Amino acid sequence: MLKIDCPFCGPRDEAEFRCGGESHIQRPGPHDAVSDAQWADYLYMRQNPLGWHFERWLHAAGCRQWFNLARHTVTHEVRVVYAMTAPKPQVEATEVRS
Amino acid sequence: MSQAFRSSQGGRIDRSRPLRFRFDGREYTGYVGDTLASALLANGVRVTGRSFKYHRPRGLMAAGFEEANTLVQLESGARTQPNLRATQIELYDGLEARAVNCWPNARHDVFGFFQLLKPFWPAGFYYKTFMAPSWHLYEPAIRHGAGLGVSPKLADPDVYDKCHAQADVIVVGAGPSGLAAAIAAARDGASVVLVDDKPALGGSLQYEPGLVEGLPAADWLKAREDEIRSLPNIRVLGCTTAFGYYDHNHLLANELLPAGGTSPRQRLWKIRGRQIVLATGALERPLVFPNNDRPGVMLAGAALQYLHRHGVLPGRRVAIATNNDSAYAVAFELRKAGVEVVQIADSRGGQPAPLAQAQVLGIPVTMTCAPTDTRGRSGLQRVELHDVNGQGQAQPGTGRWLDADVLLVSGGWNPTVHLFSQSGGALRFDDQQQAFVPHRLAQAGHLVGAAAGQAERDIAVEAARVAGRDAAANRIVRELAPVASTAQAALWSVNVEAIGRGPSKSWVDFASDSTESDLRLSARENFVSVEHFKRYTTTGMMTDQGKTSNVNAIGILSGVLGKAPGEVGTTRFRPPFNPVTFGAIAGRNVGAYYRPLRQLAAQEAHDAAGAKMEDYGAWMRPAFYPQAGEQESATIHREVLAVRSGVGILDYSPLGKILVQGPDAAEFLTRVYVNNVRTLKVGACRYGLMLGEDGIVKDDGVLTRWSENSYLVGTTSGQADRIVEWMEEWLQCEWVDLDVTVESVTTQWAVVMLAGPKAREVLSRLDSGIDLAAAAFPHMSAREGRIGDVPVRVARVSFTGELGYEISVPWQYGLSLWNALLEAGKPLGIIPFGIESLMVMRTEKGFLHVGSDTDGLTLPQDVGFGAIIDKKPEDFIGRRTTMTPDGRRTDRRQLVGLAPVDGASLLPVGGHVVDAAFKAASGHTQGWVTSSFMSPTLGRPVALALVERGRERLGEQVQVFDGGKLLPAKIVSMTAYDPEGERLRM
Repeated sequence: MLKIDCPFCGPRDEAEFRCGGESHIQRPGPHDAVSDAQWADYLYMRQNPLGWHFERWLHAAGCRQWFNLARHTVTHEVRVVYAMTAPKPQVEATEVRS
Repeated sequence: MSQAFRSSQGGRIDRSRPLRFRFDGREYTGYVGDTLASALLANGVRVTGRSFKYHRPRGLMAAGFEEANTLVQLESGARTQPNLRATQIELYDGLEARAVNCWPNARHDVFGFFQLLKPFWPAGFYYKTFMAPSWHLYEPAIRHGAGLGVSPKLADPDVYDKCHAQADVIVVGAGPSGLAAAIAAARDGASVVLVDDKPALGGSLQYEPGLVEGLPAADWLKAREDEIRSLPNIRVLGCTTAFGYYDHNHLLANELLPAGGTSPRQRLWKIRGRQIVLATGALERPLVFPNNDRPGVMLAGAALQYLHRHGVLPGRRVAIATNNDSAYAVAFELRKAGVEVVQIADSRGGQPAPLAQAQVLGIPVTMTCAPTDTRGRSGLQRVELHDVNGQGQAQPGTGRWLDADVLLVSGGWNPTVHLFSQSGGALRFDDQQQAFVPHRLAQAGHLVGAAAGQAERDIAVEAARVAGRDAAANRIVRELAPVASTAQAALWSVNVEAIGRGPSKSWVDFASDSTESDLRLSARENFVSVEHFKRYTTTGMMTDQGKTSNVNAIGILSGVLGKAPGEVGTTRFRPPFNPVTFGAIAGRNVGAYYRPLRQLAAQEAHDAAGAKMEDYGAWMRPAFYPQAGEQESATIHREVLAVRSGVGILDYSPLGKILVQGPDAAEFLTRVYVNNVRTLKVGACRYGLMLGEDGIVKDDGVLTRWSENSYLVGTTSGQADRIVEWMEEWLQCEWVDLDVTVESVTTQWAVVMLAGPKAREVLSRLDSGIDLAAAAFPHMSAREGRIGDVPVRVARVSFTGELGYEISVPWQYGLSLWNALLEAGKPLGIIPFGIESLMVMRTEKGFLHVGSDTDGLTLPQDVGFGAIIDKKPEDFIGRRTTMTPDGRRTDRRQLVGLAPVDGASLLPVGGHVVDAAFKAASGHTQGWVTSSFMSPTLGRPVALALVERGRERLGEQVQVFDGGKLLPAKIVSMTAYDPEGERLRM
C-alpha cells in the first residue's frame, strides 16, 4: 500500500485516497469546435509509461481535495506532490529496477 | 500414554503444569511451553499426517513455519481451523486436533492404497488423463476428492481486530541479530517495533548452544531483554507473524492472542516503517533420496529445537546425514542429552572442522557417504547408506544397512528471503554458500543475520548493530555486499542411478507430494521455465510455498537442464509468508458491520407499520407495508390503488440532495446538466439528466432553484455520494475558475413524498403557511414555509403520476413529520407505501428509472432528450459524445412502451425484442424489456423497453423472446397512464 503525502493533511495510507488517473489532460471544447478524433483522444487515450507518471489523486477519506503527484510505475516511488493548477514538474530520471 | 520421549530435564517447558489434549481421537499429555508438535513427539507419535496425493504416512519433519507434513484440523464446530501446522500451535489444556486428508486417522488411512498407484500418477497426470471429452466432466469429482482440511460450516463466534502502527524502524525477527539491530536503532532514538512469531524473545538462542559475544546464550539474551525493557521506544509484538511486505515499507503481521476470554482471537497489524530490518533467519533444506519421507526422517535443526526448546528427544538411536557442519552440533547436543548417535554420514570429502570433536565424543563419522533408502512399517527402522562421489552419485557395491529410529538430515541452509522477495528485492545465487541470498533492495531497509547469509553469530550481531544504527539514521542501502563464508558443497539429491534405482520416491516437496522423477519428467517433456516447472509438478504450490522444497528443486533442475542454479532462477514469493485466517483479514467488517447501513429518521414508524425493509444501496428502506397474511403482490396492488384513488406517503429521505451555491452556480450547472438551466426561475423545479463525459446517462433528478445563487440538485439515492464527488472533481480539476461550492445535504433533510389526488387536502391540514392553491403553487415549483418552529420545504413534483409533494424538514423532525402526515390524512384514508409500489406507478406513467431503463450504452437522445439538447446552445459534460457517428446512428435503441397483444401476459424483464417474422433463436435482437409490471391501475401489464428505432415504430407488432418462448407484443407510448398529464396539474 502506497504512502501518499497529502499536501493538506500529511502522509496517509493509500486506502484513504482515490486515483483519478493521468493528469494534465486538457478538455477540448466547446462541443461544436472539436473533431471526432480530438474528442476520442481526450476521452480514451492515456499514457502508459515505464517510468514517471503524472496523475491526480483525491484524498477521499480526508480533506476531499484533489492534487497531482509523480509516481514511478515500476518502483511506485512517489516523488513530487503538487497542486492541481501547477504545471507538470521536472522529475529526474531514476534507475528502473524490475 | 506416558511421555516416553521427554528428556528428564531441560527445555523451556513447565513440567509442573501438565496439559491434556487429544490428537486423532487419542488422549495425551504435554506441558505448558509445548507446541502440539513437540507434545506429539514427546508421546512417541510417529505418524502425524498423510501426504496430499498418495496418502503416504508422514511424521514431523520440522519445528516451525516450514513443517510440510503435519497439517491438522484444530478443534471442531464453529471454532474449527483447517490446515494449521502442528509446529505452530501452542499447546493448551483440552486442545483437540486431527490430521487432515485421511480417514479415519493418520495411522490407519483407508486411502493409504493410493501410494500403490504412484507409478501411474506422474506429473501432469490430471491434464494427461482427464482430457476426453472435456476436463470439466471430471473436475467436480476430482475437486471433491482433493483438498486438505475442511472449512468451518458455522459462523465464527470470535472477534478479530485490526491495528495500525508506525515506526522509524520495524525489525522482523527477535533472534540475536534482530535484537541487536532493534536495540541499536532504539539507542539512537528511533521508534522501533520488533515483531516475532514466538511468545519469547531470542529466536535461535532458545535452542542453539554456544556463546554469544563471550556470554552463554541465556545470559546474553537476559541482558538484551533487560535492555529492551529499559527502552520505552521499543514496542515488542510477540506471537506475531509478519506475512506481507508491501509498497512503501508497509508490513502486515498477524498476532495470535490467547484462546478464551473476551479478547479478540487474532489481531492484524498494518505497520508502516521508515525502514524495515529483516532478521528472518534461515531455513534448513532436507536431503532428497529414495523414501526420504518416512516418519522419523527429520531436519537436524528441528531436532535441536525440540531438544532444547521443549525437552523432547527425537528418538533412541539417531543417524545423521548431512552435507554441512551444522548437523554435527546437533549430534553433540543429542549425545549430551543421552541419545545414542549411531552414525554421521557426511556426503563431503576431506576433514570438516567438527570431526575432531565427534571423535572425542565417540560418534562414528563416515565421509563421502549418503542415505539411499529407508525401511520401517509405521516409522523409520533402518537406513541404507552408500558411498557417494563428488556429484552425489551412489557407488555400486558400497551399500549397508543401519538400525536407527530417527534419521536427521541437513542439506544446507537457505536465508529466509520471502519477505525480502515480496518487497521487490532481487536474489543472487551465491556459489560460496550454495544458496540464494538477498542482493538488491527495492525498499528502504536492511537484512541482518542468517537472512543476509551471515552464519557466524558474533559477526552477525555486530553487523546487525551497524544496520540498526543505519536504519535509525535512515541510511539507504541499495545492494548487499557478499558475506564472507566457508565454501559449502551442494547435495541437491542423492543420485541412485548407478546402483540401478530411480528417483520416483525421492521426495522434493513433501507438502504437494512431488518427487525428483516428476521434475525430471517435466524436463523431458520440454518444460524450460522454473515458473512452468512449479505449476506442472506443483512443487512449491502448497500452503508452505515450498519453504523446504524450492531451492532443492532448483538445484535438481540445474543439473537436469545443465544450467547454474542462478540461471534457473527462483519463482516469485508472494504474500502471505504464512497462512492467515480469513477472520483476521475481515476483522470487524462482518455481519451488520460489513457495510454499515443508514437508517431512516422515521424508522420506528416503519417498523410499527409492519414495513418489509429491504436493502437499497446504502439504505434499508420500506419495500412495501404488508397487512396480516397479505402476499407481496396483493400489498403492492392495494398500495397503488390507494395512492391513485386517495393519498399515500413514502419515506423519500435517501434521495440525494446536493446544495450548489455561488455566483457561478448557474454556469456550473449549465455545464453539468443536459437541460437548459439558465431559464430556471427562483422557486421553480426542473427534471434533468446528467451524463458522463462518455455521453452515457449517469443520473437524473429534480433541480430546484431556491435563490439567485443557490440550487438544490436532486439525485437518485444510490448515486448521491458519487455525484457530489464527481462535481468536486470537475470544480477542482477542470473548472478551477468557477466560484461555486457543492455540499451534500442528503442527511440534513428528511423527506416525505405525499402523493395522490387528496395530497393537497392532507397537506393543507398541516399549517405550513404556504399557499397550496394550484395557481399559486403549480406543478414543478417549490416553496418554503414553517410548521410551528420547524422550517419546511415543499416541492410540488411527482414520480407517481399523481398530484404530489415532496416535503422536507430538518432530519431530526423526520419522524414527527411522518406521524403528522399520517394523522392529518387519517380521515382521508392515507396509507404508507413502499419503493416497490412507487416503481409500479412510475412504470405505469412511463417515468425513466436510470439503471433500470438505461444501461452503459444509453445516450440522452435514446430516452427522449434529443430535442432538449438541440435547443441548448452551451456545451455540457458528455455533449460531444452524443454527436459522434455512433451517437447519430439512426438505428439506436430507444426507450418505448411495450404492451402484450393478448392484454394479459407479463413481459419478462430482460426478454429480447425481435421482429414479428422472427422464428429461430439465432436471429438479431432489437432490444430488450427494461421494466415490467402488472398494472393494478389499468388491469393489464405495462412495460418499458429499449428497442431499435423504437419511437418511429409505435404501433408495430413485435415479439418478446424469453427462454425459447415468443410473446407477441406491440410497441406503444411510454406513458400508459394519464398520457395528458392532467392528474399532475390538479
